Amino acid sequence: MEIAAAPELSFQARIDEGVKIEPKDAMPEAYRQTLIRQISQHAHSEIVGQLPEGNWIGRAPTLQRKAILLAKVQDEAGHGLYLYSAAETLGASRNDLVADLLSGKAKYSSIFNYPTLTWADIGAIGWLVDGAAIMNQIPLCRCSYGPYARAMVRICKEESFHQRQGFDILRVLCQGTAAQKAMAQDALNRWWWPSLMMFGPPDEQSSHSAQSMQWKIKLVSNDGLRQKFVDQTVPQADFLGLRVPDPDLKWNEERGHYDFGPIPWEEFHQVIRGHGPCNRDRLLTRQKAHHEGAWVREALNAYARKHEKAG
Amino acid sequence: MLFEIFIRSQHGLAHKHVGSLHAPDAAMALANARDVYTRRHEGVSIWVVPSAEITASSPGNREALFEPANNKVYRHPGFYDIPPEVKNL
Amino acid sequence: MAAPAVFEFCLRLGDNDLILSQRLGEWCGRGPVLEEDLALTNVALDLLGQARLWLSHAASIEGRGRNEDQLAFLRDAGEFRNLLLVEEPNGDYAHTMARQYYFDAWHLVVLDALSIASDASVRDIAAKAVKEVAYHLQRSRDWMIRLGDGTEESHRRLQAAADQLWPYTGEMFAMDEVEASLGDVGCDLEALRAPWREEVQSTFARATLAVPAAGWMQRGGKQGVHSEKLGLLLAEMQFLQRAYPGAQW
Repeated sequence: MEIAAAPELSFQARIDEGVKIEPKDAMPEAYRQTLIRQISQHAHSEIVGQLPEGNWIGRAPTLQRKAILLAKVQDEAGHGLYLYSAAETLGASRNDLVADLLSGKAKYSSIFNYPTLTWADIGAIGWLVDGAAIMNQIPLCRCSYGPYARAMVRICKEESFHQRQGFDILRVLCQGTAAQKAMAQDALNRWWWPSLMMFGPPDEQSSHSAQSMQWKIKLVSNDGLRQKFVDQTVPQADFLGLRVPDPDLKWNEERGHYDFGPIPWEEFHQVIRGHGPCNRDRLLTRQKAHHEGAWVREALNAYARKHEKAG
Repeated sequence: MLFEIFIRSQHGLAHKHVGSLHAPDAAMALANARDVYTRRHEGVSIWVVPSAEITASSPGNREALFEPANNKVYRHPGFYDIPPEVKNL
Repeated sequence: MAAPAVFEFCLRLGDNDLILSQRLGEWCGRGPVLEEDLALTNVALDLLGQARLWLSHAASIEGRGRNEDQLAFLRDAGEFRNLLLVEEPNGDYAHTMARQYYFDAWHLVVLDALSIASDASVRDIAAKAVKEVAYHLQRSRDWMIRLGDGTEESHRRLQAAADQLWPYTGEMFAMDEVEASLGDVGCDLEALRAPWREEVQSTFARATLAVPAAGWMQRGGKQGVHSEKLGLLLAEMQFLQRAYPGAQW
């Protein structure tokens, strides 16, 4: 679909004025494709993200924690659904998007390729991973594409308890036995750096950023969000009595921000390439669910077709 | 099949479009909409409409008014042609 | 009114909900359709909420200072009082739905009967649960029909599941001394057999399924004699509380 130069200028002007772009509006093909990729990646992350947390639903240590975790994982399924819906308004089909995920072609957030080894990991995920996600999602409520922005608003409303529940899990652990406190510290040790990597590569290496910023598909830079996350989270770790596993972490009075150590980007790239601890398992689990569910979906379709004339 | 979902919350006002979901028919779409978009709060009113059944105006673009095939709610009308043999919803 | 019997009865109801919720939670992130993942999790959450109400009430009747978590996480399998039906593994989706349907159809008539029980607490919990369970039954009934009258494969799988789980349905109506002694605090389970059968027959007809033939019914769950599966389920569910005794979470 070709867009002439004049409509493209008015497209950018609309974005600059903060007027939302809606599904039927003329838009550059690159805008549409970038959005489909970004939204679907986000959707895939929510769906795959159910797995590391779902791993502990059966072993939640109290009935209340079990209920809260069930509700959280359910929310994540819901968020995936809202996001697939938003991507579909751009002409993508959920079937195709899912096929790309299952074939390994589509990406999802690297963080979900790490294992949940203890109950404290569930706390760390809520506190750090959801914390990072919220930081990314709130600005997206103002993104230029209407359906995506509205999905983000809905998601942010539901997200509010996710981070708090994670932090609360850790708070109780840190006030508990020595073994529980050690469990919490161990979780922070393993989840800290991957959480910082969630914000993506450094700005100067991020290829899509400039155009996405201009189109208001991306509203804050990777490094900007990362810094904000560190500044916000370190005091929370202090409150918990936990030590952030970064020997270079230091408050910089002059900058008014925390200085932090070098991020192990090689690890990030390896995980993105599929070599993280859980990439294979996550994909196999989703493939299995999809494959084993095929007869169910066929049955639903067959029943609906049989009965549609009967009304 | 893709359905658009409209919800009227308990405290009145008009139905509001909240998003879409996949379902094999309207009955299941309604049940799913309760679970997905209301988390089963009582007293909400739900409308489900197959996306393909919605006729939409075009955004002030003169050519589009003369292209009846272009009046679907989403961008690509061809997107609705899901062959019955396709295994997924 | 026999307090120990009411305690036992509440444990039975609570354990059914708890164990079934535990089974449903295993489907998280692995269901056949995204929308259904959400819907099934709602059922799991409802049942867990009901379990907590029954177990808390049981603990307060017992009067030994136990709470819902101690009952859930510190009893061994022999002290659990759930039906054998609910500890059956998920299997495929047909198996999960057949198990759910058999249970929901019973659960609703039991809760209906209990919502006029003479004990106010029992009545209140039942009245609250009945609305949720009416929806559970609507759902599972719909799934029985859609899978039963879907494809040849779904029909075959569902018939197999219905047949395989049938021997676990008798226990739902077989009253023992505990239930018999409850009087109007409980309900007449035998009397629920006919309405349950009617519901099942009507749904199976619409689902083009054959109601399994009468045969030997398995029993023992309500008395604490379980299948080998419950021990494994509890080993997973109770691990943290057992590994870290006395810890707060």
